[in-house]
Amino acid sequence: MSDSTPHGSRVPAEGPAVGQDEWVARHAERRLMRGGVLGSVEERLRRVPWWAWLVLFVAAFSLLPVFEGSGYVRRVAFDTVLYMLLALGLNVVVGWGGLLDLGYVAFYGIGAYAYALLDSDKFGVHLPSLVAVPLIVVIGAVAGLLLGLPSRRLSGDYLAIVTLFFLQLFQTITTNGDSMFGHNVTGGPNGILNVDPFHLFGHDLAVQHGGVFAVSYLYVALGFFVVVFVALRFVNHSRTGRAWRSLREDPLAAEAMGMPVNWLKLMSFSFGAAVAAFTGTIYAALAASVFPLTFYFVLLITVYTMVILGGSGSQAGVVAGALIVSPLLEMLRDGSKSRVIFFVILVAALALAALRSRTLAIVALATIAFGFVVHAVCGAIDSSWIAGEHGGGFAGFTDHWVVAPEHLARWIAPVSYIGVICATLLVTVARGRLRLVLLVPTIYLAAFVWENVMLAKPEPTRFIVLGLILIALMILRPNGLLGERRVEII
Amino acid sequence: MALLELRGVSLAFGGLQVVHELDLHVDEGEIVSVIGPNGAGKTTLFNLITGIYRPHAGDILLDGRSIVGLQPHEISRRGISRTFQTLRLFLNMSVKENVMAAAYGHTKAGVFRSMLRTPGMRREERAIEELASQRLAFFGKRLMGYRWDQPAYSLSYANRRRLEIARATATNPRLLLLDEPAAGMNPAETHEITELIGELRAEGGYTILVIEHDMHVVEGISDRVVALDHGVKIAEGSFERVATDEKVVEAYLGLNTMSQK
Repeated sequence: MSDSTPHGSRVPAEGPAVGQDEWVARHAERRLMRGGVLGSVEERLRRVPWWAWLVLFVAAFSLLPVFEGSGYVRRVAFDTVLYMLLALGLNVVVGWGGLLDLGYVAFYGIGAYAYALLDSDKFGVHLPSLVAVPLIVVIGAVAGLLLGLPSRRLSGDYLAIVTLFFLQLFQTITTNGDSMFGHNVTGGPNGILNVDPFHLFGHDLAVQHGGVFAVSYLYVALGFFVVVFVALRFVNHSRTGRAWRSLREDPLAAEAMGMPVNWLKLMSFSFGAAVAAFTGTIYAALAASVFPLTFYFVLLITVYTMVILGGSGSQAGVVAGALIVSPLLEMLRDGSKSRVIFFVILVAALALAALRSRTLAIVALATIAFGFVVHAVCGAIDSSWIAGEHGGGFAGFTDHWVVAPEHLARWIAPVSYIGVICATLLVTVARGRLRLVLLVPTIYLAAFVWENVMLAKPEPTRFIVLGLILIALMILRPNGLLGERRVEII
Repeated sequence: MALLELRGVSLAFGGLQVVHELDLHVDEGEIVSVIGPNGAGKTTLFNLITGIYRPHAGDILLDGRSIVGLQPHEISRRGISRTFQTLRLFLNMSVKENVMAAAYGHTKAGVFRSMLRTPGMRREERAIEELASQRLAFFGKRLMGYRWDQPAYSLSYANRRRLEIARATATNPRLLLLDEPAAGMNPAETHEITELIGELRAEGGYTILVIEHDMHVVEGISDRVVALDHGVKIAEGSFERVATDEKVVEAYLGLNTMSQK
């Protein structure tokens, strides 16, 4: 290794000494090995500071309404920012503190309900937004502390159960809060209506502007996002952040090194809860109403998916997770869009597999051929079997590939659905050539089920797709998209 | 005056008496080794001193003040730091952060100051970095340079042991408890760690209590040796005296070997 390399001066010239691990000693060398344009681009990108990425990202995001006039798209963008905020908050508890908090969305609910109670006709209280929002952040933080108090000696599964109970408690109180000691506090299942919009600097922020979703909320949410992102990043790179991560890595060692583990757990809960409550205020102001069931398992699982998918522990990662999952779930509501997503993923997976090995390439080709043959045979037997509508993207291909009966007999849906599950199980159990042979009809059957059964019910399908993506990711990249490589025990 | 003093300390797990009426003292600036066969209660002794276990009887004094009943982090702030026999590093944090994290006890910046990055907080942060660099530099080129930004899991076993010592010293302790610092090291590294423990006292000014199985290391570093067996102190004194003590040889090798000798 010559001294001209950037790290050369620090590495002993004679190579690793006794006890110095070769792998680490050669690290700099290997990093510099990637030469050419790609290598220098990579090096440049690594030197871009974090705040430059943040500015770039926020600028790009805030330009969206300029190019996209549709109120629907703007609303999805707004929801995505809310999800980014929620994911950032959960990342404090799960990603840094290493605490499995299943009651997280209750704090989001507490924030939303608190705003609804402090700014609506419910009790005739109309606090100015600049007072209400900071107050609610404090309320959220205190609620986090209170949940943390009984849980501070718990970890792992036990903590998960207690926090889950807390979410259930929140549900019970809000749904039955219409007769709390004889008073109607939360409106019960009917929620609280007519919540005030934000009132900033003498203006009411209107939700609708000429019948289209107004962008003002998108910008307010983006502002919230920048504040939360920067504040959390600063905390992460302080003694508190380091202590949180030490606690995640090894609570006993952290305690022995002078870190008050119980207090740090409380703080981590409190921080996550404050961010969630903060996000809750803007949600309530926009939706102008709050209902108990908004803050329940579906939302909890969605936010967890974002954090895990993006890479728990990495702020950029969880933001990326929200950025992928939120629009994806939106697109899956629409049959023709979700068809495009399904076939793009299928084709991409087959292509990727084909690139990896020749056998898999044969499987991919065989699957395509298999489809055309089955389609032709079915068409020859009875033309109504293939007369079903496809429509949407990939229609030209699927019209000749996937069998779609005009009228689906009632028994086909459950049988094919269970069939595809059994076939998948068989593939995982089978070995060698049998496995490859089984793979072909399994993929085809999956496409059949997708076209004929799942697309007919978009609502559950969305979450099944999300689950499948998570499974695939956990197999291929367990640390998430942008997460650092994680080692549990060595 | 003794920096650390144990008076009649006892601990039992159910019916098993792990430490029994143990008296022990470590004077300021001394290096004391604790030896004994597996299961003699050596690591339990460390867990008692650092507050992980609470003794059922007896008292533990640091500088004349009892530390029994304090939380481990409070004891750490009073000036006792330790390493672990089964390494307990913060594996997914960088080498430097491992050391910086241990400065928590003697630094002050709260979360609000951190969020605002006040000048005082940044000054403190620089001081913590300075401290970490200095503690890591103690190990010479072993833990230098680009290695600081690597995650701790990428280190070799021996370097992980070194990092544990660096982390323990970052709490600014007066008393350092080293639990088998030479375990898993090759002869060259063992020799190096022997010298290093001496340097820790000479340069860092730490008082050191060390558990060690390697008798060469024990011989090389100890001012005084304490032998434990079944939680009872069976011998104490200079290395030569303890190593040739009848009870110690018996504890290690069994009775018959003695009679054949």
